[in-house]
Amino acid sequence: MRLIDKRDLMPATRALTTTRRGFLTLSAGAAGGLLLGAAVPVRGLAQSAAEGDVLVTPFVHVMPDNTVLVLSKHLDMGQGTASGLATLVAEELDASMDQITTDFAPSNPEVYANSAFGVQGTGGSTAMPNSWEQYRKAGATVRAMLVNAAASEWGVDASEIGVSEGKLSAGENSVTFGEMASLAAGQQPPEDVVLKAPEDWVYLGKSFARVEVPQKTRGSVGMFGIDQQPEGGLVAVTARPPRFGATLASIDAADAKAMDGVHDVLEIPQGVVVVADTTWKAMQARDALALEWTEGSGEARGTDALMEEFRALLDQPGNPAEPKGDAAAKLEQAETIIEADYVFPYLAHAPMEPLDMTVHFDGSSAQFWGGSQLQTVDHGTAASVLGLEMGQVQVHTKWGGGSFGRRATGDAHLVAEAATIGKAWLEAGHDARPIKLIYTREDDIKGGYYRPLTMHRVRAGLDADGNISGWEHRIVSQSIAKGTPFEQYMVKEGVDDTTIEGIHPTPYAIPDLTVDVHHPDVGVPVLWWRSVGHTHTAYVMETMMDELAEAAGRDPVEFRLTYLGEDARLAGALRLAVEKAGESGPEGTHRGIAVHKSFGSYVAEVADVRLREDGTIKVEKVTCGVDCGVPINPDNIVAQVEGALGYGLSSILREQITMTDGEVDQFNFPDYTPLRISDMPEVEVHIVPSTEAPTGIGEPGTPPIGPAVANAVYKATGERVRSLPMSQHGLA
Amino acid sequence: MTTFTLNGKKTEIDASPDMPLLWALRDELKMTGTKYGCGVASCGACTVHIDGVPSRSCQTYLGDLEGATITTIEGVENDAAKAIQEAWVELQVPQCGYCQSGQIMSASALLAETPKPTDEDIDTAMDGNLCRCASYARIRKAIHRAAEIMEA
Repeated sequence: MRLIDKRDLMPATRALTTTRRGFLTLSAGAAGGLLLGAAVPVRGLAQSAAEGDVLVTPFVHVMPDNTVLVLSKHLDMGQGTASGLATLVAEELDASMDQITTDFAPSNPEVYANSAFGVQGTGGSTAMPNSWEQYRKAGATVRAMLVNAAASEWGVDASEIGVSEGKLSAGENSVTFGEMASLAAGQQPPEDVVLKAPEDWVYLGKSFARVEVPQKTRGSVGMFGIDQQPEGGLVAVTARPPRFGATLASIDAADAKAMDGVHDVLEIPQGVVVVADTTWKAMQARDALALEWTEGSGEARGTDALMEEFRALLDQPGNPAEPKGDAAAKLEQAETIIEADYVFPYLAHAPMEPLDMTVHFDGSSAQFWGGSQLQTVDHGTAASVLGLEMGQVQVHTKWGGGSFGRRATGDAHLVAEAATIGKAWLEAGHDARPIKLIYTREDDIKGGYYRPLTMHRVRAGLDADGNISGWEHRIVSQSIAKGTPFEQYMVKEGVDDTTIEGIHPTPYAIPDLTVDVHHPDVGVPVLWWRSVGHTHTAYVMETMMDELAEAAGRDPVEFRLTYLGEDARLAGALRLAVEKAGESGPEGTHRGIAVHKSFGSYVAEVADVRLREDGTIKVEKVTCGVDCGVPINPDNIVAQVEGALGYGLSSILREQITMTDGEVDQFNFPDYTPLRISDMPEVEVHIVPSTEAPTGIGEPGTPPIGPAVANAVYKATGERVRSLPMSQHGLA
Repeated sequence: MTTFTLNGKKTEIDASPDMPLLWALRDELKMTGTKYGCGVASCGACTVHIDGVPSRSCQTYLGDLEGATITTIEGVENDAAKAIQEAWVELQVPQCGYCQSGQIMSASALLAETPKPTDEDIDTAMDGNLCRCASYARIRKAIHRAAEIMEA
């Protein structure tokens, strides 16, 4: 398998050049000034072109050497999308998997929009759901063009052409796709195509190896943004203020400028940038800068002060989400009321590849290379910062070394900073050169864009029969969408959907439920973090359901199933996980369960947890039941659930960002401490058979792990863990 | 000037003795298979073999490497490494893949030293290698699988 650099063969790039027409509007502001337009129609598959002997369509290119290149419109950051989309094409094309190669599509929302967003971008576990028909149709379209070309060449009816494993045949005639590519390029793409019935699938539904894996065992050469080494390229690192929003008071860059290999020190609104020959020299020179920041500027509150303010807000009514029933009245009548507060810390995403973006701006056009996750937002922001038309800018998506949400920023701050550096570099009188902006790990950990600090208060009642009687729920959390292009879609009546998702709506048939929220303004940038609001809402919902079941004297599984009557798929995932987990876990362990629906998928997790003599816990085993619709690549579903619950477990055990007087306390992995192999449980993933349309699987494995483990901890210790991470209670 | 053997080839590098090997590899020699993850020897993404021992190249300085034998992911090819890479593909270990150069260098060093590692051996040898995708369950299985491949 090989990955092809599309710039060598990308005639389509010219044909598909992005324009601003119709799909988005730019407001007067610079970075973050994008307003997303209404969903744009994807131009579809009517476009094809012969370039040399290559059959070029927007999603699929057939090469004369018989390779089939599938262009992923989505970033692949480890979730398996590039190979997943390629397999959809291979299935309908009747290609051999051995001839498939992948690359990322250029930035162009007219062709490559995510139909869930209306612009090109990846997130919310939407990559497969929104591509499911599109990429199969793309494969079927190319197949029809190849068949029609062969029929015409051989003088037979198209129905007589057999297609299998990348070969076309009829009678004595047999050719590879590659041999027919040139002629097929002259064919008119069919208006419509018929997709295979599931029983005819060769690849889908069976575990298949991802195309890029061998390359990822040999150093991933050239795949990641941070590994780009353009000819004549320089490296930039930025000294940013110690407090979010603080301003520069004074600078002495003389020592830094005098250092070997340093080309310049540039002042930009984001901070002070050192541009040097190499990363090491840039980092050393940054250390040599003497900078002072304006006293009192920026966000000066520490997390203790913020928590005090948030706690006070828990006592005040917030903006209500649409209520169900009359929770207050039902609580009045309740026999038992359980009231509890919960605290969730700021969390960093900390993808293993720190952020980076390479810019090459020559004054009239610009190219960017990096793990772009919201290509249209990045592209539009870059154009806006540089004063260019969209057509003068291209964003080349590279493989993401993890993201977990971090590369999907509504304000495109990384691209904006790279563009600003490119501009400042030219304005300083230098010749245009590629400049790779790199975040160090310290920049990443201290750099904000965290999962927001969040507090919950729940008052839930039980009647004399042990049924839920009223549920009042208040959440205090910064809004993620506010101030971004997503605000108009995600914030309704002062309620950010990403704060309440998982509680409102909940699949539990709780008749009397009210949710209200406060979105305090804090100068700390916040962002979606793998599974977003579900990271905290599932924890509260699923630990509270456990608590209510116990207070009602009912079995926690039976109690949940009672309230899942209207959601057979979630109940199915729960039953499967419980059945497969068996009577009990490894000897001496305690069991907790949780089940949660997110991003259209249903995941139940049964955690078997050991309490060690020193009071810390070891999650020994997690058994999962998963329903994400038709399982396209079962092994990748298993991998994503293993990884997603590992990511969630990492956060609940030991991760937190705290601040003292506005300055982030943690700096790197020694004190922001992710899961290690010795912490990892054995994981079993069981998939509910389904013929429903596929739903996402990158995130839904994350929400249930926290409450499943917390429920097990309660069994072991008798203590309900209501503030995270667990390390602050001596549990990890 | 520092002279060492890199992936079997005598290599001379004219750079400051306090430059970490990681940056010498990536920026001076343009060998990007060895990854930067933390710079403080806390994540293992930059792991290489120095005289056969898995070492964090971000905290190893050129000045200490005169005459050393260094192997990186681009050049590792002993039986243990081949078995590890084969098992890694068979069990589809990598997700994003960014940490996997370091994981493979640590795992291949473990297997070269301990052909049949226990789970405890794996924890000890691999705990310094972070994977934010949490591919750990598969890393463990793949090391056991590689041990079988080597034995066969």
